[in-house]
Amino acid sequence: MEETTVLEVKDLAISFQTFEGVVKAVRGVEFMLKKGETLAIVGESGSGKSVSTKAINRLLPEKNTLIERGEVLFEGQDLLKLSEKDMQGIRGNDIAMIFQDPMTSLNPTMTVGKQIAEPIIAHKNVSKEEAKEKALELMDLVGIHHPKKSYKNYPHQFSGGMRQRVMIAIALACEPKILIADEPTTALDVTIQAQILDLMNKLKDELDTSIIFITHDLGVVAQMADRVAVMYAGQIVEIGTADEIFYNPMHPYTWGLLASMPTLDVDQKNLYTIPGSPPNLLHPPVGDAFAARNDYALAIDFQQEPEVFKVTDTHYAKTWLLHPDAPDVTPPLKVVRRKEKYEALFSVKMYANSTGGGINGG
Amino acid sequence: MKKYVGKRFLTAVPVLLMITIGAFIMINLAPGEPTDLYITPDATVQQVEATRRALGLDQPYPVQYIRWLGRAVTGDLGISFSTRYPVLPIIISRLGPTIVLMGTTLLFSYIVAIPLGIISARKQGTWVDTFLTGSAFVGVSIPNFFLGLGLIYIFAVQLNWFPTGGMQELGVDGSIFSVLRHLVLPVIVLSAFYIANMTRYMRATMIQVYGENYIRTATAKGLAQKVILTKHGIRNALIPVITIVGTDLPRLVGGAIVTEQIFQWPGLGRLTITAIQQRDLPILMAITILSAFVVLLANIFVDVMYAVVDPRIKYD
Repeated sequence: MEETTVLEVKDLAISFQTFEGVVKAVRGVEFMLKKGETLAIVGESGSGKSVSTKAINRLLPEKNTLIERGEVLFEGQDLLKLSEKDMQGIRGNDIAMIFQDPMTSLNPTMTVGKQIAEPIIAHKNVSKEEAKEKALELMDLVGIHHPKKSYKNYPHQFSGGMRQRVMIAIALACEPKILIADEPTTALDVTIQAQILDLMNKLKDELDTSIIFITHDLGVVAQMADRVAVMYAGQIVEIGTADEIFYNPMHPYTWGLLASMPTLDVDQKNLYTIPGSPPNLLHPPVGDAFAARNDYALAIDFQQEPEVFKVTDTHYAKTWLLHPDAPDVTPPLKVVRRKEKYEALFSVKMYANSTGGGINGG
Repeated sequence: MKKYVGKRFLTAVPVLLMITIGAFIMINLAPGEPTDLYITPDATVQQVEATRRALGLDQPYPVQYIRWLGRAVTGDLGISFSTRYPVLPIIISRLGPTIVLMGTTLLFSYIVAIPLGIISARKQGTWVDTFLTGSAFVGVSIPNFFLGLGLIYIFAVQLNWFPTGGMQELGVDGSIFSVLRHLVLPVIVLSAFYIANMTRYMRATMIQVYGENYIRTATAKGLAQKVILTKHGIRNALIPVITIVGTDLPRLVGGAIVTEQIFQWPGLGRLTITAIQQRDLPILMAITILSAFVVLLANIFVDVMYAVVDPRIKYD
């Protein structure tokens, strides 16, 4: 895997003007995306994962959105400072998106083929026939049967899974450097979900596209991600490789997420849930936003926001528990078991000195 | 599609029949007698009875209706009680002016209102939007007779720019220019409502369409605003707008009763008023059937247009 950075998000803070007041939806998000990797952003609804990524492509409603601070660096330029016209040249061309709801994301009055050809015509200097040719190739690539016939079909003639394939074809039409997938499988049933994820993985390898994958489904993360960022209340609270997040998590929120994941060896009745609900971002709490729901909260968590502590070169977590003066705590039993598994895996991996793709639970 | 339209026309026949029965009952329920017009205060009972017999009004209602229907299906709509002229030529002579007036009004209204609605929606919340929605509110609220009289006073009486009424100058062969001059004021009066109504509708629809996910997809593709508007916005916004056009279309022959009266426009609207005042049953029946027929026609047209604009709608 090449180690070039394609995208860097620096100290991004976004708020929304609402009738009730200013909602601080994203509060200082930082991450970078390497060429060819898949970064998963996980977190519960309202954690700011979708907002952060929509800001990259500037798809947030201009009227009530305030970018308070931060930069989104793509190929040396700050996307947040580009003119709308320059941004149009990047959307769909360099940075493409797939959305959650394939049933409503396609124009019902335009043929599917035309919708796939549209970004090609907009961004590439090609004739309509060439664009159509390319669209047909894409339809074949994403597994739409009989591309020639389907080209003239309308979205309502397709199933949800097929429509999401159309969305993927649209997103990949200009061979973008970055693909942002905002919960692309949430609205699909499980077998279709697996097909779409396989397809995305296959295409990522073929086209060497970097993917930002937003989800709240940790099972999907395990299947897709090279690295994982965990978001809570508008901040990234932990970021690391998929192995580090799944098998050596450091943040109590990540522990909570992992402990609440159903596994086959746990009685479903005793499934863990994180107590309480996320804070209201109209008035973000003082200190650590997670403190009120955190069984491991320290006194300082209620007074001062934690710093970001480095665990390894790739692994960072925003919790006072990593401070040298913090008391030693034992994570939940389920997480401890995971860590043990990880250590066993880790020693095997060291021994095998594998190619570094990571062992992704699959 | 052809089969569907054919079926729709066939089902329209019993509907029309029911409407004629309803209209016949209602007209006859209205107080007053057609004969009232033809009798002088000193007329004898025998004279009144003779007039009633001459008009066929001495027969029981069902017989009157069946007689009327029997003639109507052959194309004979009877003879006007008040003028003693055949009904059909009277209706046809009044149809032209009304279609000219209402056709111009609707066409002008849509040409103005659709862009205004789009602008209002795209500038939602700005002063432009506030101004347009405010004007539209005034437009739907202001009564026609008030606006009509106001415009006549200012532009016809005071400024003398336009005639106060009629369709062409008396004694002069109507040139197109003359008709156009006579059209200006009544079209403005009538358009006020249609423009306001359509602007509001178009605005609401466009705002709704721009909230749809496929507009977000189009934006994420990197399309220019103009392309998003024309290829993704308007086409989808037209679907609900067709419904409004469908409800407006019958006005093409229904005419504008109040405005035609104010501007002395020789159309069907004025004829309707006169016919009601004179209890001219044959004329009223003919106008009712014509209006009903056009409403049915407009409904079929709207359903066909849905299928043209929206690929999800198919008739077999």
